[in-house]
Amino acid sequence: MTNAMEIYKFLPKTNCKECGKATCMAFAVSLLSRELTVGDCPPLKEDDFKANYEKLSGMLTPVKGAAETGMIVHEDKCFGCGNCVVACPVNVADDPHGTGIGRAPTSDKVILRVEDGIVRTSNVHECRRFGMDKILCNGCIVTCPTEAIEFV
Amino acid sequence: MVTLLNENYHVCTGCALLCDDIEVVTGSGRITEVKTACRKGVARMKGCSEPMSPTVDGQEVDIDNAIGAAAGILSNARSPLVFGLGNSTNMAQKKAIELAKRIGAVIDDTSSFCQGPTLEAIFNENIRSTTLDDVRNKADVIVYWGADASNSHPRHFSKYSYFPRGQERQRGWEEDRIMITIDIRRSHTAKISGDKFYQIPLQADAEFIDALIDALSGKVPKVSFGFDIKRILELANILKKARFGTIFVGLGLVYSIDNMDPVVKLMDKLNEMSNFHLIPMVGHYNMRGFNQNLFNETGYLNRVKFEKGDSTDVQHGAEFSIVETLNNKAADAALVIGSDPLSSLPRVIAEHLLNIPVITIDPCETFTSRKAKVTIPSALSGVECGGSAIRMDGVEVKFEPIIETNRPPDEEILTRIMEAL
Ligand code: SF4
Ligand code: SF4
Ligand code: SF4
Repeated sequence: MTNAMEIYKFLPKTNCKECGKATCMAFAVSLLSRELTVGDCPPLKEDDFKANYEKLSGMLTPVKGAAETGMIVHEDKCFGCGNCVVACPVNVADDPHGTGIGRAPTSDKVILRVEDGIVRTSNVHECRRFGMDKILCNGCIVTCPTEAIEFV
Repeated sequence: MVTLLNENYHVCTGCALLCDDIEVVTGSGRITEVKTACRKGVARMKGCSEPMSPTVDGQEVDIDNAIGAAAGILSNARSPLVFGLGNSTNMAQKKAIELAKRIGAVIDDTSSFCQGPTLEAIFNENIRSTTLDDVRNKADVIVYWGADASNSHPRHFSKYSYFPRGQERQRGWEEDRIMITIDIRRSHTAKISGDKFYQIPLQADAEFIDALIDALSGKVPKVSFGFDIKRILELANILKKARFGTIFVGLGLVYSIDNMDPVVKLMDKLNEMSNFHLIPMVGHYNMRGFNQNLFNETGYLNRVKFEKGDSTDVQHGAEFSIVETLNNKAADAALVIGSDPLSSLPRVIAEHLLNIPVITIDPCETFTSRKAKVTIPSALSGVECGGSAIRMDGVEVKFEPIIETNRPPDEEILTRIMEAL
């Protein structure tokens, strides 16, 4: 999984602010959350950084099968235990009397649910790892016994 | 008794967790989609891949003939064996006990080689138990001992023990609950416990219990195998501070001790200083029901022999377990209901079943049914017929049929066999 530090390594590290962010590290975080794209960094488009530009584009291209947020469910590994469903803070907040207490979802807003024994995603844009106020939530990753959920 | 929270909910009979929040989509007489159940539950609810047909000597017959043939075998048997019933409803189990009485049979289930000792200690009130609902609402310390719930009861953590919020556990698993696993290998369950996984050698459970009791008593614990004593003290400390603790006992623990004494001792010690409960990780959806029903009837939960013609003559003992009965070649016919002893028992023991007439009542084909003299297909309980069952924690759960079938439920087959005797 790509993290902000790995992205940062390939940036100009000059904190030129041309992308609109205060630092290159802040830009790296924006790339990770897909708020900005590699093309939003003007120096990267210069010849000197051509290799880095390509490297970053490769790192940030959504992997096949990933949701727009980068979440991948390895369906073959998932056996429908529901741990991720019940541990997800968004599910708990939006469905406190259903998934929040271990039961079937009672709200359409949940991100994770189990159907036919396999976890299904919806409303992924609500996931805490993405968007402006993102946090490094790993609720669905650490609770999965089989590493069926991954973010890329 | 569990009341379903929503009229669209059904009960999953995939394991003794009896999850009661399952929604289904049906089409052309089948369940086509199952919501919220785990993969194991979905497989159960979508039905057998190989349904069984009524047969006598391998030839397809109509069900009345199969029932007649079964009655013939059981009438002629001098020492019949009735076995299985973990996947049958309470009603069917009661009928089977009645039939066993009529024909003077030995009756036993899988509990005689799995959770029998744990359930016996609970029925006799030697060990304090609790309900899964209380675990969800109150438990702050949860211990899985020799149990890989993640595989045997996939929704155990998410529905009751670890991840859900509960009345007194509002802050979520990270802050409000501690999950401990004690096992001989790093199972999926152990993985979820993270650094609260205590790996012990094979057959070392009793010794580990002693060390833990020493640590709880303020003595320096000792074990003969390499184990960081500080970790035993740390574990004892967590257990001591529990406000509502529950130990889930799996077969790993049951198989490694000669009797329940070490567990009873540990529970007594824990309850001197905190508040601990124990729940057996019962596998088949209604194994506990069978044990409870037989216990209510005879005072014994398994390994019973009835005397033909004298319903008050009840014998009980190790020699009436399925393993000993087959080992001693003491049965001359067997009625197997919803179970597959030819694949679940060691070959040398199960072999005797190949030498006597066997009748199987089951919705699906099994290894045993393929070798049976008579097979009688029954409705898949929880899907094609309703009834009630006892969850692993002793709570009764009722369920209605979801789809229709022309195959009769177990209790009807058993009643008709009795009528034909
Ligand atoms: S990362 Fe967090 S918020 Fe996003 S789906 Fe997983 S548990 Fe839910
Ligand atoms: S993704 Fe993992 S935690 Fe979620 S239901 Fe599947 S197996 Fe369970
Ligand atoms: S945990 Fe057991 S009862 Fe619950 S859905 Fe899975 S198989 Fe069915």
